[in-house]
Amino acid sequence: MDFEAVIGLEVHVQIKAASKMFTRVATGYGEPPNTLTDPTVLALPGALPVLNKAALDAIIKTGLMLDCEIATVTRWDRKNYFYPDSPKNYQLSQYDQPVCRHGAVEIELPGASLAVMGEHKKIELTRIHLEEDVGKLNHETNDSLIDYNRAGTPLMEIVTEPVIRSADEAFAFLTSLRQSLIYAGISDCDMEKGQMRCDANISIRRVGETKLGTKVELKNLNSISYVRDGIVTEIKRQINVATSGGTIVQETRLYDGETGRSASMRSKEMAHDYRYFPDPDLMPVRIDAEWKTRLAAELPERPFAKQTRFIEQLGLPYSAASVLVRDRALADFFEAAVKLGAKPTAAANWITNDLLRDLAAANLALAASKVTAAHIAGLVALVEQGAVSSSQAKEIFADMFQTGDQAAAVADRKGLRQSSDTGALEGWCATAIANDAKSADQVRSGNAKAINALKGAVMKLSAGKANPKLVDDILRRLLVG
Amino acid sequence: MAPLHFQTIAELSGRLARRELTAVELIQSLIARTRALEPRLHAFNSFDEADALAQATASDARRAAGQVRGPLDGIPIGLKDVIAVTGQPLTASSKILQNFVSPYDATVTRKLKDAGAVLFGRLNCDEFAMGSSNENSAFGPAGNPWDTTRVPGGSSGGSAAALAAGEVIASLGSDTGGSIRQPAALCGLVGLKPTYGLVSRYGLVAYASSLDQIGPFGRTTEDIALVLRAIAGHDPLDSTSFKAEVPDYRAALAGPAPRRIGIPKEYFGEGLDPEIAAAVEDAVKFYRDRGCEVKEVSLPHTRYCLDAYYVIATAEASSNLARFDGVRYGHRSKAATDAIDLYAKSRAEGFGAEVKRRIILGTYVLSSGYYDAYYLRAQKVRTLIRQDFLQAFTEVDALLTPTSPVPAFKIGEKADPLAMYLLDIYTIGVNLAGLPAASVPCGFTSGGLPIGLQLIGQPFKEADLLALAHTYEQAHEWTRRHPAL
Repeated sequence: MDFEAVIGLEVHVQIKAASKMFTRVATGYGEPPNTLTDPTVLALPGALPVLNKAALDAIIKTGLMLDCEIATVTRWDRKNYFYPDSPKNYQLSQYDQPVCRHGAVEIELPGASLAVMGEHKKIELTRIHLEEDVGKLNHETNDSLIDYNRAGTPLMEIVTEPVIRSADEAFAFLTSLRQSLIYAGISDCDMEKGQMRCDANISIRRVGETKLGTKVELKNLNSISYVRDGIVTEIKRQINVATSGGTIVQETRLYDGETGRSASMRSKEMAHDYRYFPDPDLMPVRIDAEWKTRLAAELPERPFAKQTRFIEQLGLPYSAASVLVRDRALADFFEAAVKLGAKPTAAANWITNDLLRDLAAANLALAASKVTAAHIAGLVALVEQGAVSSSQAKEIFADMFQTGDQAAAVADRKGLRQSSDTGALEGWCATAIANDAKSADQVRSGNAKAINALKGAVMKLSAGKANPKLVDDILRRLLVG
Repeated sequence: MAPLHFQTIAELSGRLARRELTAVELIQSLIARTRALEPRLHAFNSFDEADALAQATASDARRAAGQVRGPLDGIPIGLKDVIAVTGQPLTASSKILQNFVSPYDATVTRKLKDAGAVLFGRLNCDEFAMGSSNENSAFGPAGNPWDTTRVPGGSSGGSAAALAAGEVIASLGSDTGGSIRQPAALCGLVGLKPTYGLVSRYGLVAYASSLDQIGPFGRTTEDIALVLRAIAGHDPLDSTSFKAEVPDYRAALAGPAPRRIGIPKEYFGEGLDPEIAAAVEDAVKFYRDRGCEVKEVSLPHTRYCLDAYYVIATAEASSNLARFDGVRYGHRSKAATDAIDLYAKSRAEGFGAEVKRRIILGTYVLSSGYYDAYYLRAQKVRTLIRQDFLQAFTEVDALLTPTSPVPAFKIGEKADPLAMYLLDIYTIGVNLAGLPAASVPCGFTSGGLPIGLQLIGQPFKEADLLALAHTYEQAHEWTRRHPAL
């Protein structure tokens, strides 16, 4: 009997904002505990929230990028529950009037190889709403210490329809979502810093059934790989329970990515009654067309649109295009080189092969690279002009990476230019023929391959400077006529 | 001329300007009076003499340097103990905040400081502003200066009692369902509940956010106008605060007052004390004699006001008061064993009976399965109530009603919470509709207790409302009577 999984994800993303969602206090990470607070963050008697419009801008942009319907009027609700990390004992969230509804995240599943584009799918979204983050509890032996620095940080909650069918799809979904959010500057999505957190609702059913099975919520998935591993583990667990005659209970489980195990956290019986109601301290906000138009103009090209354009208009192979669009800065770097006149495929090769390899080896970010788009364009031009050979180009690149000098300057400094001086070339060719009569005779008698030995000799004589194309021409003229 | 402690802001600021008096002399006189009266009155939860003297000294220094900040400079003003003042206790008359000192100023506090007022004392009130008699204070009831065995009204009872007794020159209260107007009526003062959104709520301990509004108590409408001018206006820290220019309310007193007055027939039914009915009818006659057009109007949903109020107010309160949990500040139970126990015990020990009653009611009406039947329905009723008022205002400029159905009653007399809730029947609709309304003294009972007249105005037309009240006040002696204490 075959089972299939039905998965829905709830992703919390911290919005990159200078100040908290409902006060002017700065957001931050790693500051001394309880320094990023004020009366509103600490829920002192009498303190009131005031909306930070930047958070609303961010979620509207996200919605526009993911083809969501944007509400014309949105409002804030109180989600009431007692927990020490929640200073007001209610969280400002959105219940029945979220900013975004529907929409989808386009994903790409792994292809047959890195050189082949995988299947594209759209994962539909239910909604995206705004809410504020809570504080952080640090449990010590006998005490629990609370740091409210994170409390009030703007969060988006992105909720998918239960349409994800595998751990791979969930992985691709998070990868693609993350890429889009980083592209638009909405969040850095650093999961280690808790900027992106994911809960997965997982159920299984027999293939062919349409009814949903009992769902289990998997919490605490704090890396994209853990999401994939956790889902794989949970699906296996549920299939085991089902095939051994057991019953899957509705519960929340905590997944530990380190050990690969999950444990029950609470069952359905303990579900909260959040007593949602519209926050009377905050006014509903009307989002008009002009506002949306202004934000739409700030949106970047979508990653998959960029990938398609690179392939179709710039003639890049899929493998290079997919690497370049993974990171917006890298794609911008590439496009800058092209704009400076570099041939796209050549520039893409230098960037995806050499530059990324050397940056990784040196543990450097692209922003710290001494090699700029102009360097790449300069190097590609030298090769195109035939001024340097491919091996010289490699040497120039290595030098540029270290010194930051432009390609032409490196070539001049190191004397790494191909010789196209016909006189010198003819001299070297004649010498090579004289030194290797055997090969010369073979060429004359029709063995075309024998020319390579002579060419090698010319390169040696010229200390690598000879332009191989011209050498080939001259040798053929001298030998075959 | 009245003794110093019974004078108005207008009179005292003139004397300060003429150097007939210093701010220090004024506050010293009030401190002495407060010390003498408080054992009987208990209008204050606390007062900081040294701080008040320092503020008065600073005011005198400003005056000497020619840097007077306006008519409130040097005037002692008391604040209800639900309004935050940096470095001063903020108890909301609750044990749960018994030892809490505010680290920040409410916006009204900052504005009064900017105006040079001498902020004097933390005034007694019903716990978390829940009540109609000031008997729900965890620190004991305040007395009514006209008869200290009687209540001053609630929840801003201390703010009314301190002013009526001459312990302060003006005061601020908060009004969620009548908590400024009702004690103003019971203590013979002018009290104004401004339009929702005119005065910032930032720094006001929240009871029911959509209904709460800070407002002034004064001896006269002129004093109310002066204080309102200082505290009104847009506040970027309160998203419900209205963006508009603040008019010169005092100048408007002399201007034309509204001439079309509506008498809501639903406000003159069963339960209204006959002496109050008679006094209010005299006031109606006064306006008619002055050439006003007086007509009966109907507010048909009036009978649903109390029900809608107790659903909405308690729902908001149950959420607003969730922050009092013993975790960050305030009372923390020493007997707690875990987090849930910490909440349960700290709140059980810290909150009084009326507060608990309202939290439980509010939790219930918001709970899943009941939300639609109670909260959502109450909000719809609220809309109808507001529409009633706005409909009436297409025919008239202001409404005239009694403020309270009864005069000040004995402390301990009303033990039934529901009977107590009925005391707010004339005031609650105004909060549900977000309108401005003032209570103005309009006579005394045969037993010598003050009677209040309520004037209800159109949104943000406080200037008109005060002008209308001023006309009445000028033609009567009521505001010049003071309790013999």
